[in-house]
Amino acid sequence: MRKEMSKTDYIISNDNDSSRSTWKFLLSELKPRGKFLTPFNIISIPVMLLAAIILVYRFWKGLGPVTNLTQEVPWGIWKGFNVITGVAFAGGAYVLTFLVYILNLKKYHSIVRITVLNGFLAYVFYAGALILELGRPWKIFNPVIGNSFGTGSVLFLVAWHFLLYIIAQMIEFSPAIAEWLGAKRARKILSGMTVGAVIFGITLSTLHQSGLGAIFLMAKDKIHPLWYNEFIPIQFFVSSIFAGLSLVIFEGSICKNVFSDQISEKSKKAHNGILIGLSKICTVAMFAYFFLQLLVFVHGKHWDLLNTPMGYWFILEMFGFVLLPMLMFFYSYRRNNIFMIKVASVITMIGVIMNRLNISIIGFNWNGALRYVPTWMEVVVSVAVILAQIWIFRWVISRMPVLRESPSWVNENE
Amino acid sequence: MSIGRRNFFKVIGVTGASLAFGKTLNAAPKKENDIEFSAILYDSTRCAGCQTCEVTCAEAHGLPAPVDVPKAGVVRKTDEYHRTVVNAIATENGEVYVKRQCMHCNEPACASACLTQALYKTHEGPVIWRERKCMGCRYCMISCPFDSPKCEYDSPNPKIQKCDMCYDRQKEGKLPVCVENCPAEALVFGTRRDLIREAHKRIVENPGQYIDHIYGEHEAGGTGYLYLSGVSFEKLGFNPSIQLKSYPELSKGFLYAVPSVFVLWPAILLGIREATKNNKSNEEGNE
Repeated sequence: MRKEMSKTDYIISNDNDSSRSTWKFLLSELKPRGKFLTPFNIISIPVMLLAAIILVYRFWKGLGPVTNLTQEVPWGIWKGFNVITGVAFAGGAYVLTFLVYILNLKKYHSIVRITVLNGFLAYVFYAGALILELGRPWKIFNPVIGNSFGTGSVLFLVAWHFLLYIIAQMIEFSPAIAEWLGAKRARKILSGMTVGAVIFGITLSTLHQSGLGAIFLMAKDKIHPLWYNEFIPIQFFVSSIFAGLSLVIFEGSICKNVFSDQISEKSKKAHNGILIGLSKICTVAMFAYFFLQLLVFVHGKHWDLLNTPMGYWFILEMFGFVLLPMLMFFYSYRRNNIFMIKVASVITMIGVIMNRLNISIIGFNWNGALRYVPTWMEVVVSVAVILAQIWIFRWVISRMPVLRESPSWVNENE
Repeated sequence: MSIGRRNFFKVIGVTGASLAFGKTLNAAPKKENDIEFSAILYDSTRCAGCQTCEVTCAEAHGLPAPVDVPKAGVVRKTDEYHRTVVNAIATENGEVYVKRQCMHCNEPACASACLTQALYKTHEGPVIWRERKCMGCRYCMISCPFDSPKCEYDSPNPKIQKCDMCYDRQKEGKLPVCVENCPAEALVFGTRRDLIREAHKRIVENPGQYIDHIYGEHEAGGTGYLYLSGVSFEKLGFNPSIQLKSYPELSKGFLYAVPSVFVLWPAILLGIREATKNNKSNEEGNE
């Protein structure tokens, strides 16, 4: 199947042959590649440096001087946006591994690796954001080791699942690392663990994607009644399906341009077919989600609340950012309109961000006297976390066989 | 240590007998409730708003003394420097006072939210915060329906501040400082059962003075702080939509579903994988 060896494959195999030390290889791989002064770098480096300074200040002086958190609104955008929202977008990984390894749909195989990588990094960085946000982060291992198991806590479950799922995704992605390092034996062992990791990973994802919603179940009196209901866990789970896939669609079209040299012509041609398939899944998941929201709303009997500012906001979210992109996905797979799929994915992503923020921040303590608005420093750190993730993402893609095909020594029958 | 056969049977016999007769010998209904929850009854009709409780509480817990006084129309809130506050409220009965602090729920949302058991419902009743366990996630603050736990945001090593019903003093056999020092006897300390009885007695004996409602008897599944009042509790600033079921009950359904998903999902997924394997062999032809 693969006749050509890409340039890096050649370097790696050459590496092994000439038995240059692995360390030297790793050092050389750490060096930046390509043009340095790209627009992305010029914007992202100052932001990340500024965030680093803010974080030093935050750990020196506490959360108070840096954030706008109050006693009534104890969670700001570092949790509401980076964790609660960010993790939804990592949902693509479990959906795609389900398609490829459980339903054996080979069609999606070419984008599984990049999606798992994205999911893995999302979890690492958003769990990392959690550490910045914890008041006493040096105690973070208390729920993992020792005698402090709060087993009745939803957050305990979510924390454990984060940890285990990061490991599962690491295993799912590890064959790519082995291919990069030219470790043939290790690759064989690691790829043998993939299916186990996938099954474990999907189970964990089901539980902690819904668990993220279940966190808010006890805040019954604090979240706006249009968003609070006992089905939040199911809504979070279903929305993570189309949130994750929308990101896959969006990210795929960016990667296709940015990493154009890495993607084989064959994959490029197959990509549109993949997008059509994903938009079908999105349509169905969004329909289920919309229908569930509708049922919950009708049973909640909050008709009077619709004619309030929060009500308009709710209607906008449901119709403008769930129903509309759902129809667009539906229309575009019927008409093979790839451009519209991409537009729909962006609208869907905005809708998911809206929904998660509406529950965790905007609708939280909605009738309180003081509304929470993040400080500029919170925003900078929030953005920097995402930028740092993109940096690592780019670093991995340009070195490991994520988008490009595996080196030729890899046995086709994984 | 060795134990002879004869001795062994003797021990078994005595143990068995004591197990069999245990119930009848201890006639009092003592099964799981060996210790009754301790509680505090606050009678807002007796409270004069003198702030002695606030001052002594701040002293006892190393917090700054309060600088502002209760004033009708101003809502004072507990925060990281004030574990308890007294508010004045203008009502049809004139100015009444209401003391606020942690309610010490029977089934506290904060303790069920806490993933490290830093917030903890003690067997004696008080809900306490344990510094060495807390990682500062503030999920307790999200969950508490009374907004009781407060975080020291301005410290790089923040603590959660809230009333602990003077748990350490209770263990030494002393009263909570607020109860001990209340000059109006608006605060009474005792077992929850006794205090509910006492509260009902006061309502029955003084029909004009109280509304027929003990706040905390059923609210949020029952709380360790019980309130008597002459005006509705909504006027006193209590959340009118508080539910009577305990708050941890709200996430129970989800938590109960977890083990089933954890057991069933992998089996189902593996089954689907095996069932769809044809797809794979069609394309690859081997394995």
